[in-house]
Amino acid sequence: MIQRSLSALSGALASGECSSEEATRACLDQIRATDERVGAFLLVDEAGALAAAKASDSRQRKLGPLDGVPIALKDMILTAGVTTTAGSRMLSGFVPPHDATVTARLKAAGAVILGKTNLDEFAMGSSTESSAFKKTHNPYALERTPGGSSGGSAAAVAARQCFGTLGTDTGGSIRQPAALCNVVGLKPTWGRVSRSGVVAFASSLDQVGPLGRTVRDVAMLLQGIAGRDEHDATSADVAVPDFTAALESGVRGLRVGLPREYFVDGMDPEIATATREAARTLKAAGAVVKEISLPHTKHALAVYYVIAPAEASSNLARYDGVRFGHRAKNVTHLTELYERSRAEGFGPEVKRRIMLGTFALSAGYHDAYYVKAQQVRTLIRRDFDEAFREVDVILSAATPTCAWPLGEKLDDPLSMYLMDVLTLPCNLAGLPGLSVPTAKSSGGLPIGAQLLGRPFDEVTILRAARALERERSLTTWSPTPLPIKE
Amino acid sequence: MKLELAQVRHVAKLARLSLTPDEEARFSTQLSAVLEAVDSLSTVNTQGVPATTFAISSALHARPDEVKDELSVDVVLKNAPQQEASSFALPRVLE
Repeated sequence: MIQRSLSALSGALASGECSSEEATRACLDQIRATDERVGAFLLVDEAGALAAAKASDSRQRKLGPLDGVPIALKDMILTAGVTTTAGSRMLSGFVPPHDATVTARLKAAGAVILGKTNLDEFAMGSSTESSAFKKTHNPYALERTPGGSSGGSAAAVAARQCFGTLGTDTGGSIRQPAALCNVVGLKPTWGRVSRSGVVAFASSLDQVGPLGRTVRDVAMLLQGIAGRDEHDATSADVAVPDFTAALESGVRGLRVGLPREYFVDGMDPEIATATREAARTLKAAGAVVKEISLPHTKHALAVYYVIAPAEASSNLARYDGVRFGHRAKNVTHLTELYERSRAEGFGPEVKRRIMLGTFALSAGYHDAYYVKAQQVRTLIRRDFDEAFREVDVILSAATPTCAWPLGEKLDDPLSMYLMDVLTLPCNLAGLPGLSVPTAKSSGGLPIGAQLLGRPFDEVTILRAARALERERSLTTWSPTPLPIKE
Repeated sequence: MKLELAQVRHVAKLARLSLTPDEEARFSTQLSAVLEAVDSLSTVNTQGVPATTFAISSALHARPDEVKDELSVDVVLKNAPQQEASSFALPRVLE
């Protein structure tokens, strides 16, 4: 049961081959059997999931292809009546009064929500180790990181604990863990999916997106959440296409760009080889592959680590101990309440980013750092505009290295930040980006390829990803350290 | 650039974060390293280049400002650390 893809399960539910309750119980059993070692979930809502599954069975899955499908949500995404923490002590025990729009849309489509997955605190991190609550382990190598910040969402899919998840991606937080855990992860175009009810990190970069075992699975989940929402002024009023319709159309004539700047210093040679091999695969399938240049790529990390912390420092000002969240005890005046509540509620990485962002926005430094970064952001966007005149999709590696041992980069923030160097330019330009499994390293670790597309052209990167997936047969590679019932 | 201890303390005050002496020292070292990496931006020629605030600007829309089914006061106060008579309660700020 749990070895099926989401789309296969959807078919089995539709034909009556199995029930949603059976599928949900199989996931709950798998979580019980494996999550002590994986640590993907912060909360499992067994009663809520079983009730939703039974409701789906009794209405005979009238709500469409996601009706009755068990999934899980990154704990950045609000769930009415079910604790949402953003992985932070600041929100420990916070019970949202309403659903995020994406939660409401998935519920309206009949999806069964199994629980909430682990993440770096407020999605700030690349290894899921900054979570205030637990460590998540990579299902393919338990002593290694699943990546982050949506590490729990990637690990839960890889460990066959659910049929798909939602994550959030500000600088690579869906694509990077997907690549490290042999799953597919999609960051939609900025504005494609509503952010209403999603804990804010950096509002000009954040986007919600799906993770799944196959390209078709993420296309189906995207279908369930995409589209204009009046509760998010930045959600785009752009027609939502059928994301699965063209999946099998192949890549004949598709122009694929291979940016030379994405073969970065220090990249694992096996990953560079796997990326070139992916390009050859697309070429053999009829695509036209050419080398391109995105000359400002080398500045993307610096731009990101000014803009993202600046926006975060502003967004996280709301956690002041007044209306919700942690409040320090025995304070005598208001400033002390703010300062101590925040000191006690936030972990080290969040504090570091608040400090960095506050500095970049402070008097005397605002122009040199924040405005300068926004200007270079324009140059990065223009590089992509230029490139997309010549090519239809851009292919690169998703990560510079495979999953690294837990704890390895914790004391060196800069080396941790470098793990997102290939994914964050996409967020700066607002583009859709996807990571798809492309190889297995000699050490037995997953390697992902990244595909970037024009704004609102998720359809083309999904189609190219499907062409790669078809040739690679990595969807049947199960994580060997874990028990998985056929 | 290097962030000296005094600057760390100033920024922490702006950010309303009380830091331990140990945190101040650590942030001075770590943030200096990050800022050093970020300083490469100053070498980029951005003469006449506009700033990007939102990458996809066509996406911005406002909805009509109408009162709809909003959350009730009781529901909104459920997560309050302390409440009093339908309000968020705070320590006294004026003597």
